[in-house]
Amino acid sequence: MQYTLSILVENQAGVLSKISGLFSRRGFNIDSLAVGVTNNPGVSRITIVANGDEYVVEQLEKQLNKVIPVIKVKRLNEGEFISRELILIKVHCAASKRAEIIKTAEIMQAKIVDVAPSCVTVEYSETADRVNTLIDLLKPYGIREIVRTGTIAIDRGTASVSV
Amino acid sequence: MISGAEIMVKCLEAEGVKVVFGYPGAAICPFYDKIYDSEIRHILVRQEQNAAHAASGYSRCSGKPGVCVATSGPGATNLITGIATAYTDSIPMIAITGQVRTDLLGRDVFQEADITGACEPFVKHSYLVSKTEDLPRVFKEAFHIASTGRKGPVLIDIPIDIQTNEIESFEYPGEVNIIGYKPNTKGHAVQVKRAIAAIEKSKRPVIVAGGGVLSSGIKPKFQSFADKTRIPVISTMMGIGVMPSEHELYLGMLGTHGKKVANMALHEADLVIVCGARLGDRAVASPHQMSENTTVIHIDIDPAEIGKNVKTEIPIVGDMKNVLNMLNENIGDIKAPEDWTETVVRWKSEYYQEPPVFDGYVEPRTLVSHLSAMFRSKAILVADVGQNQIWCANNFRIREGRFLTTGGMGTMGYSIPAAVGAKFARPSRDVIVICGDGSFQMSMNELATIAGNKLGIKIIIMRNSRLGMVRELQDMHYNKRHSATILQGDPDFLKIAEAYGIDHAEANSNAEAEEIIKGIVNSDKPFILVCNVYPDTPSI
Repeated sequence: MQYTLSILVENQAGVLSKISGLFSRRGFNIDSLAVGVTNNPGVSRITIVANGDEYVVEQLEKQLNKVIPVIKVKRLNEGEFISRELILIKVHCAASKRAEIIKTAEIMQAKIVDVAPSCVTVEYSETADRVNTLIDLLKPYGIREIVRTGTIAIDRGTASVSV
Repeated sequence: MISGAEIMVKCLEAEGVKVVFGYPGAAICPFYDKIYDSEIRHILVRQEQNAAHAASGYSRCSGKPGVCVATSGPGATNLITGIATAYTDSIPMIAITGQVRTDLLGRDVFQEADITGACEPFVKHSYLVSKTEDLPRVFKEAFHIASTGRKGPVLIDIPIDIQTNEIESFEYPGEVNIIGYKPNTKGHAVQVKRAIAAIEKSKRPVIVAGGGVLSSGIKPKFQSFADKTRIPVISTMMGIGVMPSEHELYLGMLGTHGKKVANMALHEADLVIVCGARLGDRAVASPHQMSENTTVIHIDIDPAEIGKNVKTEIPIVGDMKNVLNMLNENIGDIKAPEDWTETVVRWKSEYYQEPPVFDGYVEPRTLVSHLSAMFRSKAILVADVGQNQIWCANNFRIREGRFLTTGGMGTMGYSIPAAVGAKFARPSRDVIVICGDGSFQMSMNELATIAGNKLGIKIIIMRNSRLGMVRELQDMHYNKRHSATILQGDPDFLKIAEAYGIDHAEANSNAEAEEIIKGIVNSDKPFILVCNVYPDTPSI
């Protein structure tokens, strides 16, 4: 089962290692992790996507709550949140293929942010699934480099995870 | 102007600290220079790990966080086993370490170790102090975190320049405000109501009491709950002492090395009320040990413990003190069915077996069972790890005193330094150490601390020239191949005692051992009694 945790933490040194340590010590992998400051400069949000059964997730939530600088932990409910990843893909692009690649980007609503004689760089912000689709579409042209952030997520509607 | 080192001492004074255990070194020198002038007593141990164990023993007997101090690098890393031991046993402790200068951090200079990083899995929280101004807040928070909620060790790592820097003035904060740390101590009323309904319905209830009952300081209330409801009580290793061993309703310790009666009662029970225990694998090897239809009520201050090791129907998060008050207030006349209580209590006498005696040797289990009667009722027994721990856990007839041991980490060498801490916390009580010849040699360097401070600790070494517990495992599971479990080259322990100026004797029978002990109970001097034990004496 894949799950998404939204964690608010006090913005101080060492918090990230405390949290990632909780996962690694128990032999659990993190699929993606994103950190950023919130509207309160003293508080950061860590969004973690990982896999595990109900027992594992519940234990992790409880253990995360025990970390002193952790203020709040919420498991986001499937289908009730919006998630995004940002990706920059540098694709090999001969002049003859440029129009084709631009068309693909347009269809996917991705942006071309840089063009060079033999390559283009595409920027895309979408759910992990859609990002994977774009990667698949661009693969045949030859991908030179992928830079991808972790997933960030926010509740739909009025619900929120805030201090 | 006031220096960081002075502030550190003032913070400890503000927290009411009377004694700290430690070992100096270059990076903690400014602090040592200031504590030299303070009313706080510094006890020099002979290795840093023992400073942590001493702080732990002090903490458990005083109810206040124990404090240990070490220098940077190896001093700090030597503390780790002691800190980890306190962490698994949920003992409040403050560990203070010196650190290299702030501008040299991360450059692998002499005696630098990333101790906050290394200790991360074993501390409740840690600080690497980066500004002298932060010291008062850090100390205030550290003591608060260590001693509230589920208690545990907190590490404060202080670079030497933070200790020498001076600031305008010192003011100790009156309160703490940590946004992410608000332990829930009040039990949930609805869950308590459900628990009472389950107790009323139950035909075969038992209570499993752990260290949480002792650390919340509610022994009398706990006993009155058991007395009132007539529910039989089993303890975990950390819970030994929640009731006098001779109490009618007390069945003994559970688990792989526990009492048969306790395990039988747990297996037969239809309701288990777990109080302040985590039920580790040595306590309940598998959830199958409890029958499938057993209802579990789990009361614990740490929500993460509930449902971690056993499936729980009724979770109650809160301090044992508050939850027990709520239970006591609402339980009314509800009692365990008399036939169940009678049956279980009868098992106690039915399954009791006097251990066999081997001529020319001390029978350790019998000796331990007679020990309590020889000392005063509030005696503190500190057991080490190995067969000696099981002999003590199952046979010491605790009255009003304490039984100290490390149940979670099982750290050999714990008993002597922990006894040092216990004696400083409770100087007027009898403090007895029971260790094996293996565990004795892990911390016998602390005899210097005992001799130097004239601590009247009585040490009983159960000598079988074996690492008995591992040897027992090898007998059962490794085809009796005694790989590395026969102790060779052991010193003459009596001469060791002699070298430290500690009175000593040797016994080859229980009568002899008891005679010697009777002769030393009223002395306030340390003593070492070497008991020769038949090598094949089993743990249980």
